[in-house]
Amino acid sequence: MYVELKDINKKYGSFYASKDVNLSIEKGKLVAFLGPSGSGKTTILRMIAGLENPTSGSIYIDGQRVDHLAPSKRGIGFMFQSYALFRYMTVYDNIAFGLRVKKVPEDQIRTRVEELIRLTNLEGVEHRYPNQISGGQRQRVAFARAIAPNPSLLLLDEPFAAVDAKVRQELRSWLREMIYRLGITSIFVTHDQDEAVEVADQIVVVNRGRVEQIGTPSDIYGGPKTQFVAEFVGQSLPIHDFYRLRGYEGQKNRYSGAIVRPEFVEVFRPDNPTFKDLVPVADEAVIEKISFRGDHLELLVDVKGIKLTVSRALERRPVSVGDSMLAVVYRLYAFDRDSIVLLNNTNLQDYEAIA
Amino acid sequence: MDNTTQRGSSLVKGILITISILFVGIMLILPMVYVISSALSKGFSFYFRSLTTEYVVSALLLTLLATLVAVGVNTFFGIMASWALTRFQFKGKQVLATLIDIPFSISPVIAGLSYIMTFGRMGWAAPLMDWINRTFHTDFQVVFALPGVLLATIFVTFPFISREVIPVLNSEGCDEEEAAALMGAGGFTIFRKITFPKMKWALIYGMILCGARALGEFGAVSALSKTRGRTFTLPLEIDALYMSGDSDSIVSAFSVSSILVILAIIVLILRNIFEYREKRSGRKAG
Repeated sequence: MYVELKDINKKYGSFYASKDVNLSIEKGKLVAFLGPSGSGKTTILRMIAGLENPTSGSIYIDGQRVDHLAPSKRGIGFMFQSYALFRYMTVYDNIAFGLRVKKVPEDQIRTRVEELIRLTNLEGVEHRYPNQISGGQRQRVAFARAIAPNPSLLLLDEPFAAVDAKVRQELRSWLREMIYRLGITSIFVTHDQDEAVEVADQIVVVNRGRVEQIGTPSDIYGGPKTQFVAEFVGQSLPIHDFYRLRGYEGQKNRYSGAIVRPEFVEVFRPDNPTFKDLVPVADEAVIEKISFRGDHLELLVDVKGIKLTVSRALERRPVSVGDSMLAVVYRLYAFDRDSIVLLNNTNLQDYEAIA
Repeated sequence: MDNTTQRGSSLVKGILITISILFVGIMLILPMVYVISSALSKGFSFYFRSLTTEYVVSALLLTLLATLVAVGVNTFFGIMASWALTRFQFKGKQVLATLIDIPFSISPVIAGLSYIMTFGRMGWAAPLMDWINRTFHTDFQVVFALPGVLLATIFVTFPFISREVIPVLNSEGCDEEEAAALMGAGGFTIFRKITFPKMKWALIYGMILCGARALGEFGAVSALSKTRGRTFTLPLEIDALYMSGDSDSIVSAFSVSSILVILAIIVLILRNIFEYREKRSGRKAG
């Protein structure tokens, strides 16, 4: 394992910013620390960088214990959320800074900085100051500055938070491609699950200072191990009386609640021939709210008092608020205190169309 | 209704402007004009003669020296203190920040007297000074001597620089410093390349305010300075001339005062220039 954290705790007074954190990261991987704000994901990143010291535990990078080393001795590049570009230095001097403090000869610095400027498409703005360039360019300067001294580990704190939505999409694919091309092990922090799923090879879900789950994006999305992961990654609210839905009647006392993702639900008009086989096992549903989401509609439906969110393709028949529909929940994540299972609708066990 | 509120607010505006102008005129401008006109009331030759007496020249030089020393010393300590208070977390930080402000709230005369109590013949540091003078065969004195004047001036102007620099450093955060430290830059490099450029304009502005205050200090210096022609600064010399009572020296007092008025105007102009620069660099950075 290239980066390892063992039993890391970080306390501020009696508050645990990190609790029993254990994780390991393979060389060359691009890893996301995903969690809501205040979950302690940035604290873990800053402890790896050496900007914070763990209260207990140990950190290894490339087999060497680093938690007692100064940040500059750990061989890491760090990209700040605000970028922290040196405002009184030009783009060129910003990128060259790390090499200059290492007393690299000036001609080698020039070669390296020019190479990075080409790599990050910053030709033409080398001699401008950070306030004279665009947000996207600033991010690329921050990236170039972080990798200039050839770090063996790159840490990025909310790398996309400071740019607007349009540039963000572009930068995600750019950053991913760049990191793969350089082959550098990287960890980034994000609160945006789409970003984590799209960019990372591996996701570490963090909540209240603890690691909830580690896995590939599809592991995390398809097999959440805790209620928190199921809720946070699917952005769904828990339902406590899910046993009233048809197909789950037998589960009444076994679980404390369930999470129903939008794609687990089918909502259709009673006369829709495609779903005629589902009619006998469906519940009645009333549309309460319709929100336009660009490429689809998001419906909020009421099924026996249970509110479910469903997405609906735009090419299907138009619907309006108050329409009576039928709803079938194919499957859901049921949880009790510390376990979570995927339950299939018992009425559909030999129904083939759901596969 | 809109109309009445408009008329009401323009009436309020008019009243406020009139009051302000009257106040500034009566309290500030008129006395200043009076100082200059009185200074010149006996003609230019008398004016220049009264500026070149031995006492006045000595007072002018001492004032400039005290100002330079106070600005120099306070710049150094001001930078150190603001650096410590904005870049480090430690116990008693708030207490230190409050202590720095003491000269703002304490009467300068008390500052002067407290130095007498410390370094004077009855003061607790007197045995130490006696020992120094005996050992090195010197005649080093603080009270009623040059060091006392310098100490008093430094004391009253102590908070000016850190009070200007601290808010700027606080508002800029320390991400850049962290970034530089991560890349292996040492403390002095970080200060020189990153922290100092950020505080530069605030520092210059603070130095000007500190200098302006040092030029005009009366109370604290007065407590520690009794020898005219040796330890008198300009404000003390003016006071002495005025108090002597005959009409010539009263006019001389105004002549000497005019130097301070002119210095004050220069400081005001510099202040405005640097205030503008500071704001502009703040906007540029933002």
